[in-house]
Amino acid sequence: MSEAATTEHPTNTGISHNKLAMWVFLGSECLLFGALISTYLLYRNEFHTGPAPGDIFDIPFTSVSSFVLLMSSLTMVLALSALKRGDIRNNRLWLLTTALLGALFIGGQVYEFTSFVREGLGFTTSPFSSAFFTLTGFHGIHVSLGIVMLMSLLISSLRGNLKEKNSETVEIVGLYWHFVDVVWIFIFTVIYLVPNPTS
Amino acid sequence: MNTSETAVTTEAAHDDHDHPSDAKYIQIALLLGIITAAEVATYFVDIGVALIPVLMIMMVVKFFYVASWFMHLRFDSPLFTKFFVAGLILATAVYLVFLTVFEFWSKG
Amino acid sequence: MTDTIVETNRPIGVYTRPKGGGGWRDWVTTVDHKKIGILYGATALVFFVVGGCEALLIRLQLATPNGTILGADTYNQVFTMHGVTMIFLAAMPLAAAFGNYLIPLQIGARDVAFPRLNALSFWVFLAGAIFLNLSWVLGGAPDGGWFGYAPNSGIIYSPSVGMDFYAIGLQITGIASLVSAINLTVTILNMRAPGMTLFKMPVFTWMMLVVQLLLVFAMPVIAVALFLLIFSRQFGANFFNTEMGADPLLWQHLFWIFGHPEVYILILPSFGIISEVIPTFSRKPIFGYEFMVFSGIAIGFMGWGVWAHHMFASGIGPLSVAAFSLSTMFIAVPTGVKILNWLATMWGGKIKFTAAMLFAVGVISMFTIGGLSGVTHAMSPADTQQTDTYYVVAHFHYVIFGGIIFGLFSGFYFWWPKVFGHMLNETMGKINFWVMLVGFNMTFGPMHTLGLQGMSRRIDTYSPGFGFELWNMVASIGSFIIATSVLIFVINVIVSAVKAKGQPHCGPDPWDARSLEWMTPNPTPEHNFDEVPVVESLDEFWHRKYGTDEEGRIVRVATAEEVCQDGSATGVHLPSPSYWPLVFSAGLPLVGLGLIFSLWLTIPGGIMMVGSLFAWVFEPVDDPDGPHGHHDDSEETATEEAPVV
Repeated sequence: MSEAATTEHPTNTGISHNKLAMWVFLGSECLLFGALISTYLLYRNEFHTGPAPGDIFDIPFTSVSSFVLLMSSLTMVLALSALKRGDIRNNRLWLLTTALLGALFIGGQVYEFTSFVREGLGFTTSPFSSAFFTLTGFHGIHVSLGIVMLMSLLISSLRGNLKEKNSETVEIVGLYWHFVDVVWIFIFTVIYLVPNPTS
Repeated sequence: MNTSETAVTTEAAHDDHDHPSDAKYIQIALLLGIITAAEVATYFVDIGVALIPVLMIMMVVKFFYVASWFMHLRFDSPLFTKFFVAGLILATAVYLVFLTVFEFWSKG
Repeated sequence: MTDTIVETNRPIGVYTRPKGGGGWRDWVTTVDHKKIGILYGATALVFFVVGGCEALLIRLQLATPNGTILGADTYNQVFTMHGVTMIFLAAMPLAAAFGNYLIPLQIGARDVAFPRLNALSFWVFLAGAIFLNLSWVLGGAPDGGWFGYAPNSGIIYSPSVGMDFYAIGLQITGIASLVSAINLTVTILNMRAPGMTLFKMPVFTWMMLVVQLLLVFAMPVIAVALFLLIFSRQFGANFFNTEMGADPLLWQHLFWIFGHPEVYILILPSFGIISEVIPTFSRKPIFGYEFMVFSGIAIGFMGWGVWAHHMFASGIGPLSVAAFSLSTMFIAVPTGVKILNWLATMWGGKIKFTAAMLFAVGVISMFTIGGLSGVTHAMSPADTQQTDTYYVVAHFHYVIFGGIIFGLFSGFYFWWPKVFGHMLNETMGKINFWVMLVGFNMTFGPMHTLGLQGMSRRIDTYSPGFGFELWNMVASIGSFIIATSVLIFVINVIVSAVKAKGQPHCGPDPWDARSLEWMTPNPTPEHNFDEVPVVESLDEFWHRKYGTDEEGRIVRVATAEEVCQDGSATGVHLPSPSYWPLVFSAGLPLVGLGLIFSLWLTIPGGIMMVGSLFAWVFEPVDDPDGPHGHHDDSEETATEEAPVV
């Protein structure tokens, strides 16, 4: 495993630069999503003449897509675990599954957005609608970037460049992926499940 | 791993450890799935004033399990936990005050 | 070298790393933290002069009643860009210049943790700075103040493209700050020399660590605020639309949640600089090192709990006002600790008033004045009287100019020989200081009076007969004295460089200094340390020069020449230069212009950014033809910054 170290020189903390940088970045992301969620909470009652959150949210549908994203976290750890065992085949399989589950979640979000627009909730309808689309949109962009990273890992693996010694790279992408998942755990409860105002 | 032996200051334990088995991961995912099902059930079953506390507890439990097991915080260097928890606590504190100043809680 | 080896080293085959080769190519592809530090410093000084000229225009306009030099609209643009330029394009990057150059040297490292990301930070900053200033010729500069309060910054009240440039430009420079902050945090935590525990780090490095953590946590907040503004202006979002029930105070809160930590992001580097300068020229170790560090951490931490003191007059309710008033008074405590410790360091020392020391003492005295007027703002009843008057302008210029700019100048005089191998002229330096001190107090001192007399901020002119004439004229004359002092500095830089030409470099230790960076020769060789030193104590370099005799007196045990390394090491592996940070950064303003003018422009910009990211990932860690085995960020780095969009 010593060859897996991405830094040749020992570090003071004994941990790699890359992983530490990712965790510092995730700490930073907490403040980003915190601001977006707070903005949304501030405006959840300000639906003006448009639809209110309680009128429009489809809880059963969102529950399914939340479950999909949650399970993608499982497949992500399985991908890492396979690579650490040197099981390249299963690593690829689980990476692909994770990316597909992520894509399914994004597909669900696209469907949700289009149906909201059809029901009269556009981006400019009310402060509520602007805040809702901005918050969930930012989360969706994060998931999409995660999918791009997963696909890059997969391509890299198919070219034969993703071996046991690179498992830290997969771990770091995984950290990002799980973080996006925990943000959704928060959003799902606070934005969708907590009783919403109706018009 | 030899890096931790050559590192001169040992402020944090190294992440060389046994990761949990796949079966353990699947177990946790099952637990997360069950909690999610319970969360969704609150949408259909009226549990009165307990609703919000129950939802918050379930959310925190899910959050905790993903962070500590899937993100390996329970096995990894405490420094990572410090950074993540610092971000979480800071965000929570700052934005709670933010919403309080807007009198969010009385508006509902 | 056979072809097969080359192929395995180049996954795609076409991406080789540039080799520099001298001249400008060295500079645009460099990943050396010292060159990047110099680039930051030079760029920031240019913008410091630009922002200074904007200030002179403001003072010309206000010198007499009914001024006609600038129209009201131009005046709005000039004062907005003066603030934006000085804070984001001069003070922050100057701190980044010192941080980049000095942190690796002070902790005994060869470079930062991610050399290419470091280059990226600089180029992204430069792209953002140019983007912001392009607004002058592309439809008008930002005109909503550096704080950009909603709804004044919205499309209705600010219909020109100025505020779009503001929002997108600051977003771009924000990316630079965040990337740099993550990079330097990892550097300080992970790359200290053997033996250098956190509590053996110089105070400057400590303060920079606090600053980086503040940046890490504060930049995303302003990023969200700016996104809300961009979406409101570009896509008609309703975040600040009061007609639909939105609350414009949302912007103020988000802005100041970032903005108050930002104040400490600005001031702590300067505190760090003078914490190095004062012990050196007092010939004493810093008094209460731990208190110094902990008060810095406390300032950084408490800086998160005081933001609403910028909003006492905005109607946030008596309870909030009382709470924030209290927390603001508390934050004066750790600042007071620092001031006391600097004074105690000087107490009983053999003080040498070099130019650097004069500027450092200038910080203590001028910042204290600013701090005291700050306490008068913390008292909310008094603040209600002072809000939006020139009293506030006086206050924050005493902290920002008196606290930060004086500190940065102290750093220039102190570390100039370290960076360029020759000293700045001391006599001219002292003249520089005294002229600046006089000009500064003449400019901003009278503003206290003007403010209490009722002159409001941001007005483009005033009528005669309110008693504003005298002090405005004094302030305007003072501003030109400040300009003269900056000119003296520029002349000093040029004259000193010309004089030093052909002369041997100054000795390794011109100030009898204390910290590790002086163990390398002046100017610092490309590889920094011949051999990474093993650290045993705080002020390691000083302890290698001095010991105690039998009676406990301090005696010199070694000359600086004996202790310093001679920079003769060869074969040290250094990171290879890279094109991609520059290419990526050049794409960002294109995307920004595209958002404002025509979405078509985002296509080439986006291609440049995405393409350079992938090129970055596949770039061989090592130039196959260059020396092998150097220390660089791993090839997977790009996976980490992809989310920083």
